[in-house]
Amino acid sequence: MVAVLTRIFGVHNLALAEDVVQDAFCRALEVWSFRGVPENPSAWLMAAAKNRALDVLRREQTARTYEPELTRWLQSEWTLAPVVEEMFTDTAIKDDQLRMMFSCCHPRLAEEGQVMLILNILCGFGIDEVAAAFVTTYTAVEKRIPRAKKVLAGSKRLFDTQAPADFSARLPAVQRALYLLFNEGYHGASAESVVRAELCQEAMRLAALILEHPLGATPSSYALSALMCLNKARLPARLDASGKLNSLFEQDRSLWDQKLVGEGLRLLDLSATGSELCEYHVEAAIASVHATAPSMQATNWAEIVSLYDALMTIRPTPIVALNRAIAVGQRDGPESGLTELLAIADSERLAKYPFYHAAFAEFELQAGRPMVAHERFSTALELSRNPMERHFFSGRIEACGH
Amino acid sequence: MSDFTFLYRGRDTNASPEQMQKTMEKWRAWFKDLGEKGHLKDIGHPLEHSGTVVKGKQKTVTDGPFAEAKDVVGGFSLIQARDLQHAVELSKTCPILEVGGSVEVRPIQVINM
Repeated sequence: MVAVLTRIFGVHNLALAEDVVQDAFCRALEVWSFRGVPENPSAWLMAAAKNRALDVLRREQTARTYEPELTRWLQSEWTLAPVVEEMFTDTAIKDDQLRMMFSCCHPRLAEEGQVMLILNILCGFGIDEVAAAFVTTYTAVEKRIPRAKKVLAGSKRLFDTQAPADFSARLPAVQRALYLLFNEGYHGASAESVVRAELCQEAMRLAALILEHPLGATPSSYALSALMCLNKARLPARLDASGKLNSLFEQDRSLWDQKLVGEGLRLLDLSATGSELCEYHVEAAIASVHATAPSMQATNWAEIVSLYDALMTIRPTPIVALNRAIAVGQRDGPESGLTELLAIADSERLAKYPFYHAAFAEFELQAGRPMVAHERFSTALELSRNPMERHFFSGRIEACGH
Repeated sequence: MSDFTFLYRGRDTNASPEQMQKTMEKWRAWFKDLGEKGHLKDIGHPLEHSGTVVKGKQKTVTDGPFAEAKDVVGGFSLIQARDLQHAVELSKTCPILEVGGSVEVRPIQVINM
């Protein structure tokens, strides 16, 4: 809703758009307190926001300047209502969300700031919910979001999604922001499984919106959506009802969402056009191997290792190297895995990463050295960043016996 | 049984969407409870927070009421209770009291002849 209203009022009136939404929501709830919640609350809210927007536009016709392209139409009573009406149709709403998404990924904002803005403006997350999603304090988010909004409001106009050159130039940043948003939900430290599923869901919704745009339906966009579907399919098994983390080894594969797996494979197929091979392609391919394997043992580890080799050429980070080493260990046995772990370049950057030590520990355990494994898991436990991880590593320590 | 009006005043303007939603649910539950016990003659209406006041013989028209948010009547209902004291008891569970608002309980005038 904020996206639609900002399109009408202009990006410099972002705060006004937010006030109108807040006001519409406030009124809606007052009426619903008496009359009950209507069958279609979101349509009701949209209508309330539309009426409020018309009020504001009539009252402040000359006091403010609005979106440059629209001002002419908003100044005449003859065209005011039809123009606002037009803005609230489904296609216009989708277009506005896309504009806002691209606007949020302003080059002057850090990636995390972009993701926070998207969550706040496009996903309707309050300050406390954004803080929960990023496992940071309310005050930190309360400072960052207004600062980011100032940058956005200072950009004078919303991103033009019809200009092909600008669109293609900004697309990677938008994809990256959605990728981070999804990962925050999937790997993030927020213990609340509801928050996490919602983050993944929102990232998928916005990624699907990009695919609907003729300039957005690129192989990399399809790959990104495929990656999200294939990973999201495993989410129900990754966390159990109490929010406890299950590793791939112990997951109940019957809980994987086969419909999402199918959708992910279909999208991955669509992404395989042209010569562009991006990290999302490779990551989606890795996810597809996992998602279609009947069990941990029957997984095609050779395939996964070669995909990680490909990923290393696109994005050679210690984390990718770590995952590759784990895959090698699965393919060739624990001793080979340990050799690969020791060979990781830049490994000091992983020193504080609990799963780095846990990887050593798993292989030591498989190689029949529970004492060493115990020690390594203890290091992982000391480094764990949230209760979920702590619980997980404690469980692994127990598995080492005494 | 006699009839009373409840006039609800005040609103929490700084509430977050979640808080507002919770408040709404409390109102729904409160009305439901009153209704089931047969005290709710007419649920009434919420009111817009501004309007126009027409005043005096000159019929001066002003925008208003310009009272403070806590004094603005935000809605009304028609209640059935044994007597004023009973009506007051019923009003004490009204969710508006939790957000610093007030309920004005006024008997409806009737003359039995």
